[in-house]
Amino acid sequence: MAKKVALLQGNEACAHGAVYAGAKFFAGYPITPSTEVAEVLSVELPKVGGKFIQMEDEIGAMAAVIGASLTGAKAITATSGPGVSLKQELIGYACIAETPCVIINVMRGGPSTGMPTGPGQSDVMQARWGTHGDHAAIAVVPASCQEIYSETVRAFNLAEKYRMPVQVLYDEIVGHMRERVEFPEPGELEVIDRQAPDVSPEDYKPYDATKGQVPPLAAFGSGYKFHVTGLNKAADGFPTTKAELVDAEERRQVDKVMDNAADIEKNEEYMTEDAEVILWAYGSTSRSARYAVNELRSQGVKAGLFRPITLWPFPEKRTLELAEQVKAIVVPEMNLGQMIYEVERVSQGKCKIAGVHRVDGEPLNPGEIMAKVKEVL
Amino acid sequence: MAYDYEKSIRPGKLPHIWCPGCGHGIVMKGLIRAMDTCNLDRKMTSIVSGIGCASRLPGYLDACTLHTAHGRAAAFATGVKMANPEMTVICCGGDGDGTAIGGNHFIHACRRNIDMTYVIMNNYIYGMTGGQFSPCTPTGHLASTTPYGNPDPVFDISKLAIGAGATYVARTTAFHATQIDKLIAEGIKHKGMAIIEVLDDCPTTYGRRNKFRSVVDMMKRLKDMAVPVQAASKMTAEQLEGKILTGVLYKEDKPEYCEQYQNVIERAQGKAS
Repeated sequence: MAKKVALLQGNEACAHGAVYAGAKFFAGYPITPSTEVAEVLSVELPKVGGKFIQMEDEIGAMAAVIGASLTGAKAITATSGPGVSLKQELIGYACIAETPCVIINVMRGGPSTGMPTGPGQSDVMQARWGTHGDHAAIAVVPASCQEIYSETVRAFNLAEKYRMPVQVLYDEIVGHMRERVEFPEPGELEVIDRQAPDVSPEDYKPYDATKGQVPPLAAFGSGYKFHVTGLNKAADGFPTTKAELVDAEERRQVDKVMDNAADIEKNEEYMTEDAEVILWAYGSTSRSARYAVNELRSQGVKAGLFRPITLWPFPEKRTLELAEQVKAIVVPEMNLGQMIYEVERVSQGKCKIAGVHRVDGEPLNPGEIMAKVKEVL
Repeated sequence: MAYDYEKSIRPGKLPHIWCPGCGHGIVMKGLIRAMDTCNLDRKMTSIVSGIGCASRLPGYLDACTLHTAHGRAAAFATGVKMANPEMTVICCGGDGDGTAIGGNHFIHACRRNIDMTYVIMNNYIYGMTGGQFSPCTPTGHLASTTPYGNPDPVFDISKLAIGAGATYVARTTAFHATQIDKLIAEGIKHKGMAIIEVLDDCPTTYGRRNKFRSVVDMMKRLKDMAVPVQAASKMTAEQLEGKILTGVLYKEDKPEYCEQYQNVIERAQGKAS
């Protein structure tokens, strides 16, 4: 039987990906340009026995998502720039309470209300450092409608596997673009569920590091009684200020991501083998960059594209390898310079680095990327 | 035989953090008795709180407990209840947590009439942060941030809850210890949003500043202010000046949120007309 295909917006593909991943709960608050994710999930979730709730504000939505996740449901919210800013405190709560959940951020211009219907890529640092305190972050940056579908599924998998919030960042261009999307068959994409405890309810500790870097998570209502708090806590979930316990927990929660960066990392490379210049680009910008690579190659310039699909943790190893190989890395971004700082940091001065930036709500076009390449070579 | 509270307390979690003379312990004991009255299965009971002195309550009780962020108890609890409507969900917290930073979640949880019980301990003050004024600090009273007297008007939490759509609203005080469990138990049994406001005392950061010489003075004030709703119906406006009505202030049967959502699921699945 032929696969089901549809002409879908990125936002619609995201919602269908969430259902494929087993999402059973959505809480959100309307905000452009993310609203179609909520609208489609309000249709699709009840069909599979899931729940959709439009909360009174972004903070309440994030709170409900965490509450539902702790009660065993795969939970998701979708928002855009200012909405993520409001959610940040509770994203930190999800980090310290180690609660799996997926946050979709359809990036627009900013700061503040900015350009609700214009694209931007200026939340990439917010995704890393938005909430207060020390914490790890996982964020993925799909570049097409099909990839938004599959990366939403992968975001759920990473959230469940590593017991933490995972952000899916894409800009308004791919969020509202329509493309052919193939619906994968059940079993075609991997779907991971959180690890349940294998001990009796009496012996269960929700943060028991002896069970590994990611301790199993029981669900409220499944026979396990336990305590969850946003305070620094010991293995049993109860608050502690004992220096050695606080330190060990903080480090475990960061290490569980950094030690598994290879598992979380996902990149795409195009014509990088013999490249003398790398376009380091993500999201919709990477599509202009890919076009620029082809044009540059036809003009005899050995250009290649490195496209991170996992943005956080940052693809340090491969970026450094490429920096050692090429004369220059050009970083096009719809912001005034955010990921370029990370590229500079890990490149350790091995090559020239230049940025191409736009914050006027217009996409970066291949011509301006090519012009920058010629300028630096 | 004396009532055994210990069986409901998590081993090793006492002593609690509350100051001597604080009414929160009286409320916690009332909640324990109410949970017993309702025969709640602790494995299927989630107690959710925000931040503040009162919000430390869930940690002491043996259940599925969730100590969240400042003001967000009702929103977290909404997620818990919707994800598993079989759970009995109880929120607890203070006046500042519930009605200032959490005011939006509070009124909207009331509006939805989601089946949960919210015990709100109104001690007129932010205790944990050292006595700043809350939306419930009486006008003119002193707090660490109202050194010349509080200029703000006061929220009537129970009226706010009724206005927002809660379908069971009751009020009592920490003095009326035996009424606390009865009202909470009735709230737990009620299908829908139940608000139980307990007027409470904070001798350390409110009483001290406002010249209440002792905890006994504060308790006496709670006793004197309280007028049962039945008695109030026979009193004049003059007699009711400065008094606070206690007992069940409002009760009605209205569709509950999770049950309503079940209808949505059935419509989506083509099972309902």
